[in-house]
This record gives sequence, structure tokens and C-alpha cells, in this order.
Amino acid sequence: MSIELKNVTKQFGGVAAVNSVSFSVNEGELMALLGPSGGGKTTVLRMIAGLEMPTSGDVFIRGQRVNDLSVQERNIGFVFQNYALFKSMNVSKNIAFGLKIKKWKRADIKERVAELLKLFGLDGLEKRYPHQLSGGQRQRVAIARALAPKPSVLLLDEPFGAVDAKIRQELREELVKLHHDLNVTTIFVTHDQEEALEISNRIVIFSRGCLEQVGAPREVYEQPANEFVARFIGVMNVLDTEVKDGVARLGELQFPANDQPNGTRLRIGFRPYAVQVSTDLTLFPYRAVLRHTFFLGVMLRLEFELPSGLTLRSRMTKEEYAQLGLEDGKEVSLQIRNYRVLAKEDSTLPPEKEFTYQPPPTIAEHI
Amino acid sequence: MAGHVKKKSNGDSHRQSRRGTEESPVVKWVLITIALAFCMVFLLLPLVNVFAQAFGQGWKAYLRALVDPDSWAAIRLTLIVAAISVPLNVIFGVCAAWAIAKFNFRFKSMLITLIDLPFSVSPVVAGLMFVVLFGMNGFLGPWLQDHPLHLFGKEIEIKIIFAVPGIVLATMFVTFPFVARELIPIMQATGTEQEQAALTLGASGWATFWHVTLPSVKWGLIYGIILCNARAMGEFGAVSVVSGHIIGRTETMPLRVQSLYEGGSAASGAAAFAVASLLALLALVTLGLKTLLEWKQTREFERSQQAVQPVRHNETAFLKREDFR
Repeated sequence: MSIELKNVTKQFGGVAAVNSVSFSVNEGELMALLGPSGGGKTTVLRMIAGLEMPTSGDVFIRGQRVNDLSVQERNIGFVFQNYALFKSMNVSKNIAFGLKIKKWKRADIKERVAELLKLFGLDGLEKRYPHQLSGGQRQRVAIARALAPKPSVLLLDEPFGAVDAKIRQELREELVKLHHDLNVTTIFVTHDQEEALEISNRIVIFSRGCLEQVGAPREVYEQPANEFVARFIGVMNVLDTEVKDGVARLGELQFPANDQPNGTRLRIGFRPYAVQVSTDLTLFPYRAVLRHTFFLGVMLRLEFELPSGLTLRSRMTKEEYAQLGLEDGKEVSLQIRNYRVLAKEDSTLPPEKEFTYQPPPTIAEHI
Repeated sequence: MAGHVKKKSNGDSHRQSRRGTEESPVVKWVLITIALAFCMVFLLLPLVNVFAQAFGQGWKAYLRALVDPDSWAAIRLTLIVAAISVPLNVIFGVCAAWAIAKFNFRFKSMLITLIDLPFSVSPVVAGLMFVVLFGMNGFLGPWLQDHPLHLFGKEIEIKIIFAVPGIVLATMFVTFPFVARELIPIMQATGTEQEQAALTLGASGWATFWHVTLPSVKWGLIYGIILCNARAMGEFGAVSVVSGHIIGRTETMPLRVQSLYEGGSAASGAAAFAVASLLALLALVTLGLKTLLEWKQTREFERSQQAVQPVRHNETAFLKREDFR
């Protein structure tokens, strides 16, 4: 166990930014801390680093309780969102800084810096100053600098936030490759669910300072622990139904609910890919009209309207779309293959949770 | 900083020189002539005159005027006062700038206002404040007189007004804002992330300050020190009030210039200009250093701009590769 948090709480002026959070990170894992802005994920990262002290609870690094250790004593590598390179030092000196502070021998420093320059493809840039580097190069220097003193864990705060979309993809691949090559325990913070799903081994999902779920990307996508996770990771159709005669109903939609008494309200959710579509109007139980088609690259997002006015979101590949001969305004039949009960209430359901972050529809949905 | 702005605007006006909104050449040259003439009459001419008067009775008279024991004492005192007050103001300035730029606290805006106080208070009033505080009839003066310092078995009376400590205090008061004013905007712009990064790499607070904070404010600090020093050596009003003009003991160079000039004789007039010429020289050196620093900053800035070009080029190549995939 590389890192463990036990009931960690952090309060800022009476407000809990992080509320009794516990999770652990295995040695060599690439872990994502995911959540909407203000969810407390950066605070958790900074508490692991020692840049913030927990109000209560314990932080362990490799079995050692580090609550009382200063940031200098924790032997962590931290990469800041804007990299925070030392502006007055060139690339070599930036990377060598941690080693010089730890009083490495000069020859050893030289060797280690050369090794890192090579590893990060920074050869020839060693005399450059930070302002003379591109965004991607800056990030590589920042990671090299953090890794130079051989930390027990690498912490990255929104590592891909400061570069534009095109380079971001390349940097993600670089981070995965780097993690694969060095096998150093890595934790990174992101608010981008696609990013977390794509590159991490496991994801910790936060909202409003609370831990919602920990799991592998596939796990949190396919078996979300609660409504928040279900709706934050990927797109979900959400319906508030009411049980009558053993069937949960909303409009013409019906879901079996044998064991539920009449009047029970169920909130039901299903992924867009769970909606099956046919142009044979008798094949599936529900009739619907295709209202809008959104082009997302390889995938298309479709919005179907049922006679009762309900709108369902579905998606398919361009090939499937062409095969079915679909177009806006076309009438189809639908069925819902699998769904989950997100919430249950005997009499009344609480109003839908407010979300500060609406995840954009993404390809990641089709993992 | 000022250097960047100046350089930039120069370039802009160059590019716009054929715009229809530009004034006609006649207007342009009239304006330039007026500005130059004004500078000649009011700035350059008096300066040249100082040197002309100083050397009016020959090299030997000039040197004799400077090595005159009382003038020499004034030069020494000025150097001592600057040597004490400038370093102290550097320490206070760095502390104040650090506190203001890196922390949030309740009386921050009050502190910022206080730092500017010496700029808005007349130096004579500043001097008077110290007289009222430490003078014989003042607030702390009598107490100080009654409580002499016991050192090495001797009794030493602490005298502030009409003595060197008073001059140092008055000088420090007047020059206090220079260093802090230069540093605050630079430190605010830099933020605290670099310091935090140094901490995560194992650096102590002191190492962080020495290796990260100080280098990033280096030029601003030097700039502030130069301005602070120039003002410290040239201050007249505040020092005049607290010094008591004791010839050979509490006279700084500006005060010496005045007393020599008021001496009336041709010789003492020339001597006054000889001492004044040193102050004028200090001003010129300060200006020269200031220009050099600005030039250095601009050059570093431009060099960095140029150096980015090939990197950008690489990046587009890299993007093309990405597209190709």
C-alpha cells in the first residue's frame, strides 16, 4: 500500500472542503482524483503532499503516518497546474534543484539530470529558460524536476489543464507511457471524466468534499455506486417513475418492479447505448420519432421523442445509422435493454441533485 | 519593466508613422525642438554649470575643496548614513513586500498606504516629527537622557537629534518606500507557486528565499536599491531639520553645499560647487545604472521572445505529425 487516507477531513473557516475521506492507492498505480470544480480533489492532493494539513484524520505514505511530517520530509514529487518552474533557472538547473537541496554529489547530479533529459526528450534544451519552452516541454521539465529526487509518489494537479486540446492528447499518452516505464505511484487530479477513464488504473470520484466511489474505469462506468457517479461519468437518461401494479411507469415507459408497493417512486437511469432502435415499427415496444442527430466524430448522438413528449438519448456509429437508414423526423421503435434504479422513495423523491458540472457527451461512453 | 513599455511603444509609433492621423513633419519637429530646448535650459545647463563653477578655480582648488577636513567629514558622513539606511531599508522593504504580496491579512491596505506615507509627507515635516519625538523637549528625548546606556563600564548618553542616529532615522524615513514599491508588483505577479514547488523538492524556507524568491525579484531589487541610495545621499530637508548643522560632525554633503555657499567668499562658493559636483556625479551614475538595468531587462525580454520562435516552429511540426495520424 503506497498511500492511504483514513477519515481525512479538511475545513476552511468552518466549511468542510474535504469530508471524512478514506481510500488507498497501491504501489505503482496510476490513480485519478476526479470530480467537479470545488469537489475537494486538489485539497486531497495537497494534503498528501503536505502543502495542506488535515483538520482531522490520518495520511499514510508507505505505511508511515505523515501527518506531522513537513512537506520537505515527505519525499513526494509534485507537479503544479501551471508547472511553477523556477523562472530564473534553466532546464538543467530546474531539474537539478531537488538534488542540490538534498546534497547529492555533483557527479551524481550531473548523471541524474542527463538521464532525465534523455528520458523526457529534453536533450538540447538544457540551457533554455522556462519562458523559452512550449507548454508541453514545460510540463515535461516539471515532471522531470519532480521525479529527479526519486520520490515515493508523483502527484499532479490538473496536469493537462494548461495546454490546448491538441497537445493534451499527446501529453496523456506521454504520461501513460512514463508511468508504464517508471512504474512510480502516480496520483493526478482532473475534472475531465474522459481523461480519468482513459488513462487511470483506478478513479476516486469526489463531489462536494465527499468520496462518491473508488474503482476501475470500467467499474465506475458500468456499476456506478450512486446517482451522482452515474450522471457524472458519461451521459445517462434519468426518469422519475411511479410504481403501479408492480410496474414502474413514466409516460408510456414501463419497467418491471414486482416487489414494490403502489405509489413507490423510483428514479431509473440507463446509458444511451442501452436504447435499442429499429426501423421495424413492430419489433420493439415503444414508438418514437428521431428529433435530432448530433455528429460526434465516429459516434452519433440521437435524440428520440416519444408520443408522451419524453426525450431519450441514444447513440450509435455512423455505420449503424446508415444501415438503419435513419434521418431526422423518421419514426422508429425502441426498447431499453438494461437500466438501473438510481434512487427509491416510498412517497416523495428529493428534487434532482443540482450539478455544477454537466459532462459533455463523449466517446468514452462506449468503453 | 519601464524599459519594456518604452521599447514597445517606440516600435508601435514606428509602424504607424505613415498613418493619416500622424501630425505633419513641421509639428513633429517643433515639438521635438521645444522638448529638447526645455531640457537644455532647465536640466543640462545647470548641470554643466555646476561642473564649470566647481572647476572654475582650477583642478587644485577643486581637490583642495574636497579634502578640506569639514567637507571630507561631510562626504564620509553621507557614505556612512547611506551605508546604514540603505541595507536596513532593503531588509524592511523585502519584508514588507513579501508580507503584502504573499499573505492576506487584515491591515494589508493600511500597510500599503503607510509605505507610501513618506512620498506624501514633506521631508521637512518628516524631520520635525523626529525632533518632536526624540528632541530635548520632545516625547522620548528626556527619557533617553535620563537612561544612558551602560556599556563596558561606561555611561553613554543616547543622543538622536542633532546627531548621526537622527540623520539615519530621517534618511530611512524618507527613503523607505523605494525598495518595497519596486518589489510589491513583481512579487504579486510571481505568486507563491514557485516557492511551494521548492518546498516540495525539500528546500527549507531560507533556501527557498535565497534560490527562488530573490533571483526572481533581482532586477527590481537592484533598481530599488539604486533609487533608494540616490535619495539617501541627496536628502536635504529632513536631514537639515534633525542634524543641527554641526560643522564637521553632523553635516551631510547637501548640508555642506548649503553652508559653503552661504559662506559668501569666492573660494567657499567654488568649494560649494565642488561638493555639489559630487552629488551631480552621483545623479549621473544613478541615471546611467538605471538605463543600463532597463536596457538589460529589455534585452533579456527580447532575447526570450526570439528564442521562442524555433520552439513554436517545432510545435507546428509536431502538430502536423499529429494530424497525419
